[in-house]
Amino acid sequence: MTRYGVVLFFTNSSVMRAEKLLKEAGYSTKLIPTPREFSSDCGVVLRFDWTDCEQVKLILDTAHLEIDTIHQM
Amino acid sequence: MIYLDNAATSWPKPPEVLKAMTDVLELAGGNPGRSGHRLSIAAAREVYNAREDIASFFNVADPLRLIFTSNATHAINVALRGLLKPGDHVVTSSIEHNAVMRPLRSLEKQGVHLSIVPCAADGSLDVRDVVRVMNSRTRLVAITHASNVMGTILPIAEVASVAHKAGALLLVDSAQTAGTIPIDMPAMGIDFLAFTGHKELQGPPGIGGLAIGDNVDISEIEPVMRGGTGSHSESEEQPDDLPDKFESGTLNLVGIAGLHAGIQWVKDRGIDTIRAHLKELTLALINGLSELPEIKVYGPLDTNSTVAVISFSVHHKRVSEVGLKLDEEYGILCRVGLHCAPAAHKTMGSFPEGTVRLAPGVFTTMDDISTTIRAIEQVIHS
Repeated sequence: MTRYGVVLFFTNSSVMRAEKLLKEAGYSTKLIPTPREFSSDCGVVLRFDWTDCEQVKLILDTAHLEIDTIHQM
Repeated sequence: MIYLDNAATSWPKPPEVLKAMTDVLELAGGNPGRSGHRLSIAAAREVYNAREDIASFFNVADPLRLIFTSNATHAINVALRGLLKPGDHVVTSSIEHNAVMRPLRSLEKQGVHLSIVPCAADGSLDVRDVVRVMNSRTRLVAITHASNVMGTILPIAEVASVAHKAGALLLVDSAQTAGTIPIDMPAMGIDFLAFTGHKELQGPPGIGGLAIGDNVDISEIEPVMRGGTGSHSESEEQPDDLPDKFESGTLNLVGIAGLHAGIQWVKDRGIDTIRAHLKELTLALINGLSELPEIKVYGPLDTNSTVAVISFSVHHKRVSEVGLKLDEEYGILCRVGLHCAPAAHKTMGSFPEGTVRLAPGVFTTMDDISTTIRAIEQVIHS
């Protein structure tokens, strides 16, 4: 069974930028509604395969994308 | 019909723009950045892609520094009202549109000190006159890229250099240039670029933006409007994140999609090709009008120093009468009067009567110009 992680961002523009960057780098991602257990905020989070966690963090960090939190689901 | 009012709004629009607008409503018509379902996400993707492409069009590295507004006036207000505090000094030119002049006059009443640098009668600006009014309190120089009345292009890079040497920022109103003259924000030293979508960027009315340069400290700019952003929803305070700080309320998705397609159309056609075509039309207008002794043409009369905006008046004829006859008898549409720029008309000596303004666009042909010259000749001799 695939284990997923989710990245929470502060803004929707950051989510869109992250999705684009990770897609271009060949990673499998999906935008899903923000799970209530992680935030009271509305909108979407970026879901990724947990096995890619380190690479995902590196790509977002290199692009200076401000991340709220990352959780394993 | 010959449409020569492209300085007010460009018409017609490329079919690609109309299609992008209906497509986005049909296929991606959710509220961008608000909900988690597919239509909302599709809308958010379109907004983000547009933000990236428009930022890149002005060579802005960070797309989050591209703020969507409803037009250039709105963008100018976001910058002026957000940045200037009582006691600050701001500098502008004497050929500004009221989009710049009215917010500045209002801020002046609130204690902001305003210097208006006089331009020559042809609209040209001597940068030494800008240097003369700068002082240690100067926070901003706010000027137009080109006059909406006589087309005169101002020396933006030189003014930027003067502003930055004095520790001030530069705001440029690009309503008459974006889409016909290449704008590279960092290379030209522009700190705030206000643009509108519905002129030569070929988009619809109701969409524009403010691009903010990398060296502007966002924390020093107060948002003019506050409200829902889809982010930090737990808080009742406006977020500091970009672009949300300045984008409260549901975005104009249809306008953004149209503007996005319009800019793509401009890029495909080539901004140099567009500029060359407009120069050719402008030159033909200047030459044709200059042969009529009853007519006075304003501005530099040199296509390298102007955009495609020509103003003229007719000896012993009201401009309103000329405009009405051109429309009713010849189907030629232009704009007469003061063009929301009383300062510019005072500078060129045409206040309060105003002028007849002819503004060809990308779809105007040389035949349109010849027909227009003949019609004007007939109107002035009637």
